[in-house]
Amino acid sequence: MKITLGAVVKGGTSVLYPTGAWRDQRPVIDHEACKACDTCRDVCPDSSVFVEDGVYYIDYDFCKGCGLCAYECPAKAIAMILEEK
Amino acid sequence: MGVVKVVEGSQAVAEAVRACRPQVISAYPISPQTHIVETLAQMVADGDLGSRYLRVESEFSAASVLAGASCAGSRCYTASSSQGLLLMTEVLYASAGMRLPFVITGVNRSISAPITIQVDQQDTISLRDTGLIQLYAESSQEAYDLHLAAFKIAEDPGIMLPVMVCMDGWILTHSYERIDFLEQDAVDRFLPAFKPLNFMDVEDPKTWGSYSEENVLMEFRYALQKSMDYAQERIPQIMDELASLTGREYGGLIEAYGTEDAEVILVAMGSVTGTLKDAVDGMRAAGRKVGLVKIRCFRPFPARQIWQAVQGAKVVAVLDANVSLGSEGALGLDLKSKLCGRPGGPLVVDFIAGLGGREINPLVAENIVDQALEAAQAPAPPWAPIWVGLDASIVA
Repeated sequence: MKITLGAVVKGGTSVLYPTGAWRDQRPVIDHEACKACDTCRDVCPDSSVFVEDGVYYIDYDFCKGCGLCAYECPAKAIAMILEEK
Repeated sequence: MGVVKVVEGSQAVAEAVRACRPQVISAYPISPQTHIVETLAQMVADGDLGSRYLRVESEFSAASVLAGASCAGSRCYTASSSQGLLLMTEVLYASAGMRLPFVITGVNRSISAPITIQVDQQDTISLRDTGLIQLYAESSQEAYDLHLAAFKIAEDPGIMLPVMVCMDGWILTHSYERIDFLEQDAVDRFLPAFKPLNFMDVEDPKTWGSYSEENVLMEFRYALQKSMDYAQERIPQIMDELASLTGREYGGLIEAYGTEDAEVILVAMGSVTGTLKDAVDGMRAAGRKVGLVKIRCFRPFPARQIWQAVQGAKVVAVLDANVSLGSEGALGLDLKSKLCGRPGGPLVVDFIAGLGGREINPLVAENIVDQALEAAQAPAPPWAPIWVGLDASIVA
């Protein structure tokens, strides 16, 4: 890899750099309690909530564990669990 | 040749900027810089200059406009002084890192507190480490010429850094001087339109100054340092090219004046160097072997050229119109760091002189030379800088 003048990089390249390792707490969705209201996807600052066949998931490659989704969830369906290795 | 007119220093700078055809100018008023951007505003209002002229709400914004417009691929310009320059600081670090080649006039004025509008170089010296190239003018004619060179230096593909042309407030900006203006055709040939390597484009989005971790940040800083090193070679070439059009030679990164056989060499930058040349002439006429090194380019710091000029001297007396409180003046620190330890090098003595507009005349210069020689005869060099003309009796 060569560095570029002024650290100028093409758009869309952030997908190449997973930033989920920064997280110290992970959001875990209780699919039984989830009402699919879409609030979590709306508030996530990292666009790390995605939906497949109507079911909500977290993209742990990019979720930084800010906890906004858990805080805002009206159904209290998201728990923040300490990341431990 | 071009027109010769007697104009105010600020007007000369505005004419130089107009000739360089900046696409964007941002402006926020602060003395003693104000006449420059006022003159440019008049030119735009009269239809004599096609720049977008943005009146912003602070100097932070003035610098931010330059950063944004420069990313968009524009040649752009602003001017400021004192606190205004300090308010730009954060943006200037970022702009140098993003390699944005705009030009700023740093009209020198002391820093508050206590508040003053008088001249010294504390403001631009405080921006020393931002990654700006800093050029210092002795006269308004030199300031005019340096502005023409500044855009070409900034935009050089091997440099790509913001450039600040520093000129002493009032002494240069508000006095009238005979200025020899270069014809527009000649300026256009010397400085073609800016062709950026990268520019903001909705069809091809990019990020400037993207995130970096511990594995690359040092390399980015080193790349800046390498460009500064390259600028030391390139700036004199650009100045030579300009000199071939103007017929005015200033000597490159430094000007050595009467240094060949000098025992004592004064080192300074800015308008005081004009006074010091007269002082050197006077002392030479009285049989004293005194010379002057005028620093034209402070960043990058032309250590090799300075060494060439001063290595035969007994003592170098540095006049610093700034002070790094708790240590000494910035120019003195640079000279000591580069010269001390070289075999046969001169003693370097730092003088804090001219703060807040305190007068430096030929008599003051002679006194500095005397004190420098005294220091050279002392068993060890002084630990502290010497404050010139200080009235210690009024210090509580």
